[in-house]
Amino acid sequence: MSTYSLSDGLASSAPRTSRAPLLATWIRESGVGVLASIAWIAFGLSCLWWEDVGDWSRTHSLGIAAFIIAAVALFGTVGADYLGSAGQALRKRAPWLVALGVFLTLWEVATAKFAWLPLPFFPPPQAIIEVYTDDLPKLLDSVFASIKLQLGGYLIGATIGFLTGVSIGWSRAVGYWVHPVLRFIGPLPATAWLPIAFFTFPSSWSASTFLIALATGFPVTVLTWSGVASVSNAYYDVARTLGAKPSFLVLKVAIPAALPHVFVGLFMGLGSSFAVLVVAEMIGVKAGLGWYLQWAQGWAAYANMYAALIVMSLLCSGAITLLFAIRDRLLVWQKGTVKW
Amino acid sequence: MVAAAALAEIATPPAAGAALDIEQVSHAFDIDGAELPVLSDVSISVEPGEFVALLGPSGCGKSTLLRLVAGLDKPKAGRLREDEERIRSPHPSRVVVFQDPTLFPWRSVWDNVALGLEAQGILKSQRHRVDDALDLVGLSSFRNAYPHQLSGGMAQRVALARALVNDPKILILDEPLGKLDSLTRITMQAELVSLWQRKGFTTLLVTHDAEEALVLANRVIVFSDRPARVKADIRVDRPYPRHRGDPYLADLRRQILGLLGLDATW
Ligand SMILES: Nc1ncnc2c1ncn2[C@@H]1O[C@H](COP(=O)(O)OP(=O)(O)O)[C@@H](O)[C@H]1O
Ligand SMILES: [Mg+2]
Repeated sequence: MSTYSLSDGLASSAPRTSRAPLLATWIRESGVGVLASIAWIAFGLSCLWWEDVGDWSRTHSLGIAAFIIAAVALFGTVGADYLGSAGQALRKRAPWLVALGVFLTLWEVATAKFAWLPLPFFPPPQAIIEVYTDDLPKLLDSVFASIKLQLGGYLIGATIGFLTGVSIGWSRAVGYWVHPVLRFIGPLPATAWLPIAFFTFPSSWSASTFLIALATGFPVTVLTWSGVASVSNAYYDVARTLGAKPSFLVLKVAIPAALPHVFVGLFMGLGSSFAVLVVAEMIGVKAGLGWYLQWAQGWAAYANMYAALIVMSLLCSGAITLLFAIRDRLLVWQKGTVKW
Repeated sequence: MVAAAALAEIATPPAAGAALDIEQVSHAFDIDGAELPVLSDVSISVEPGEFVALLGPSGCGKSTLLRLVAGLDKPKAGRLREDEERIRSPHPSRVVVFQDPTLFPWRSVWDNVALGLEAQGILKSQRHRVDDALDLVGLSSFRNAYPHQLSGGMAQRVALARALVNDPKILILDEPLGKLDSLTRITMQAELVSLWQRKGFTTLLVTHDAEEALVLANRVIVFSDRPARVKADIRVDRPYPRHRGDPYLADLRRQILGLLGLDATW
């Protein structure tokens, strides 16, 4: 600052005014990290302080793990400037770490320590951790079975739906024959086919694949079709005057122009196919996370159910994230979704 | 004006364009069972390399005529010929630039310009033509941009490059400058004349602006109200670059506005 002011004469005030904003920024940047650390220490203490009301083997380890996370949260946020992007990412998520630590503490106290929540139905965190460590092979088998079934059915359904949608949108003759069938069968929930499918298909696995493909195929078909049908004629005119043949019009004009619609269909198909997957696994296929849930319920193993639910939600949300990533990559040209 | 130097250098274009014969063409649309006549016995004979402007009241059928020339639609009666050959379907020797640039939003600028060569299956060996066309319209530095990142004038220049990359014999322009601001318009008019002079293609330009027609064209054809008939066929024998204030052009303009039913009260 170049202008003369009263404070220039007061030498003692200078360091204080320059330090106060520093303290403020420090609190703003690292304060939440410290809070997160405290919350996780509280969780760790809540694990170790009181005796468990039940018989769980992972309480001690969980407490130690909570302290480790508390340490990571503390040093990671306070020292974020030395940790590069990882440090910044941690700082950004610090408020969530606080919330999570508080939630876990409450959960721990309300279940394992004082059983405020009725016990077999609300297992403590350590019971769920115990499932992940002790029942891992079975859980992993289920995860792989689910992924295999879902992926196979989804890919088949999406491919057939996409091809059907393009054909209906493009060819009047195909539209004439397929459209009524689509209107008749499409809106039926895929699960309604379940009893018939399990009798008519050679294996429950192929029946489930069919059902998942059906659930995926309908929205993909309809949205691909509407996407192709809504492509402006001006694009075709331009391409035709430039010498485009029909195959070029389909592959290089209709399909790329319809792609945003196709992705809406793919998202909807993904959602409805998850529902079918779980039901099919519970009822038909003796494998997968749906079946694991069913099996856990049969044994009143509630911790296993929560553990499987958490894994399931991670998988589903992972699949959606993956689809988003593919979409963002293919549709970079769209206004607003450009990522350089 | 920067383009003035380029405009001055050539007066008569080399004959790389095709002749166009529109012979007694009539056309009509069916609207709810009723017939809407749009073109009525239109005959126009265009010399190779000529720059013809088509003027007429809005909705009289100018765009319809251009679609017939492009081969996008077939006339109800009459014949259209390019260099003595019947026009039956679109062909890259006749390219249209529409009022909207209609760039493909999912393709980068370069890929948009490459469209014609790609559709004809000759892009692999002719990639340099795309670069040349982009140079021609001065947009080389935007080759990787997407259409939504361009201004209206830039998008229309890309559309022009997309047409020119095919080395058309007949360039068909349907009010290509209609939506641009007046400054961009004047610049692009100059660019258009200089391109036409360098390349020598036959040009058919629909415009609603009599002054634009007179500054650009060898010949101005004035249409009647729908169904369009040729009302007047006016030669504009003036060297390029033309000046908007030229009294000869002002006189023609008054005449044309009179034909369009407007008293020249300006
Ligand atoms: N595809 C079409 N179907 C029915 N009517 C049309 C079609 N295209 C144009 N018309 C009608 O033909 C007339 C001429 O249109 P157009 O050639 O676009 O006029 P303009 O001279 O303004 O370019 C208008 O009345 C328009 O409504
Ligand atoms: Mg028009």
